[in-house]
Amino acid sequence: MTPALKIQGLRKTYQNGFVALDGIDLEVAQGDFFALLGPNGAGKSTTIGIISSLVTKSGGKVIVHGVDIDIDYPGAKKFLGIVPQEFNFNVFEKVEDILTNQAGYYGIPYGVAKERTEHYLNRLGLADKRHESARNLSGGMKRRLMIARALIHAPKLLILDEPTAGVDIEMRRAMYEFLKEINAAGTTIILTTHYLEDAEALCRNIAIINHGKIVTNRSIRELLRDLNKEVFLLDCADTLPAEIAVNGFELKRLDDHCLEVVINKGQDLTAVFRTLGDKQISVVSMRNEANRLEQMFVNLLEQSA
Amino acid sequence: MTLFEQYIALLTIVRKEIRRYLRIWSQTLLPSAITMSLYYVIFGSLIGSRIGEMGGYSYMEFVVPGLIMMAIVTNSYANVASSFFGAKFNHSVEELLVSPVPSYVILWGYIIGGVTRGVLVAIIVTAVSLFFTKLSINNATIVVAVVVLTSVLFALFGFINGVFANTFDDISIVPTFVLTPLIYLGGVFYSLDLLPDFWAMVSRANPLVYVVNAFRYGMLGVSDVNITVAFTMIVVFVICAYLYSLYLLNSGKRLRS
Repeated sequence: MTPALKIQGLRKTYQNGFVALDGIDLEVAQGDFFALLGPNGAGKSTTIGIISSLVTKSGGKVIVHGVDIDIDYPGAKKFLGIVPQEFNFNVFEKVEDILTNQAGYYGIPYGVAKERTEHYLNRLGLADKRHESARNLSGGMKRRLMIARALIHAPKLLILDEPTAGVDIEMRRAMYEFLKEINAAGTTIILTTHYLEDAEALCRNIAIINHGKIVTNRSIRELLRDLNKEVFLLDCADTLPAEIAVNGFELKRLDDHCLEVVINKGQDLTAVFRTLGDKQISVVSMRNEANRLEQMFVNLLEQSA
Repeated sequence: MTLFEQYIALLTIVRKEIRRYLRIWSQTLLPSAITMSLYYVIFGSLIGSRIGEMGGYSYMEFVVPGLIMMAIVTNSYANVASSFFGAKFNHSVEELLVSPVPSYVILWGYIIGGVTRGVLVAIIVTAVSLFFTKLSINNATIVVAVVVLTSVLFALFGFINGVFANTFDDISIVPTFVLTPLIYLGGVFYSLDLLPDFWAMVSRANPLVYVVNAFRYGMLGVSDVNITVAFTMIVVFVICAYLYSLYLLNSGKRLRS
């Protein structure tokens, strides 16, 4: 099947000489929920900018659903819906006008545009704001408006650049549920986010970019399998002894009831639980010190540096 | 995009532009009506009555076509310059740039927006002028053609200004330091016959001379320049400004990184 997005040797050097992209290759399959991660300034937004035509590339190829942007940019753009990081609508326009106008730019007749606007306003909880100026919306509502605007022409590939920046937890979850739904309905999604636990929960495949180069590009499951070290925190009901040791494990008593355990690849926690059980200490909960993907992310960035 | 889709996109841009200036009518439509009324009172009635005839007409009759043209020029220019720069400033221009709309459709959308405001203001200013003088139309076809071509030309100039502007100051600098002097020196208030030969010749490099005189010819049947030359010059200016504007949009200069 034709990939939703294929990038070959993409390069971008800005006028000041800064190399934002140093020949990246990337392929995103149709129907995928794909995470593009990287620290600030790694090249994520530049990549999205080139795909959406807001940034001109210095070299390489970008092919959207089989359409090369060098040959037919308008054709490629029809497949794309873009949710940029910064708000980029006219704040003095009415919410519904922003959506119907965007539909019009894709050649959708006004009557159909109104119907779709109605659908997305309802679906994203903005129906009662339709006559409001966009400047009167809260930050979360503005984010949802940008998602609605990106979907108004039914794109096959939706690219979201930090869609949950500044959005509260409840809204973030609702937004992700919505994205899961449209992904399940067939829309390919590429997401950039700094919430790595969200990327782990939502995405099937991942690319990590740093200093304009792809550090890794594989499935999240494969990536996490390579995690060499994980740190767990055990919350105990009983008071931990001042000294506690388990052969082969790195343990650290954080306070009277919390124990940090470092697990290397191949180890399991059975011996630790057995030792605690022998000492009549019951464990009430267990959690990763850091998100697993975050740990992997940090490891990979350190290696690439 | 199919031709029908392009037509829908064009209608959308035009509708958005018209809604924009109607929403802020007190800043876009009203000022010209007030300014021109003052011009009619001061230059037409008070001072004009002492000047006597110019070009075979009373000074009031002579000055009205130039003042209508002045309103068209400033409004079609200001509409596109401020709207396009505003869209650049708040990044909403990206809505258009990421969409499949061809550059020429975007450009025509803004041009038509500017033309409609220019024409609307011209109608208002003409209606106001009827309180001060009687208007005659020598050649309606020329009047309509000049109005349309002039508003297209200055909408294009406004677009170029909008593309290059970095701040809101930049979209007021050109009208203040370039457009206003060109208008005042373009024969709105006087006939080029009054100028010494050298300055009359220099004035012919001013596009305003051609639009004002062509319009005055359409209204009164008098002109300081040959009407064919005037039309040719306006059309040449329009073609050059259009091609340059299209080049700016296609190349993404000042619009894309």
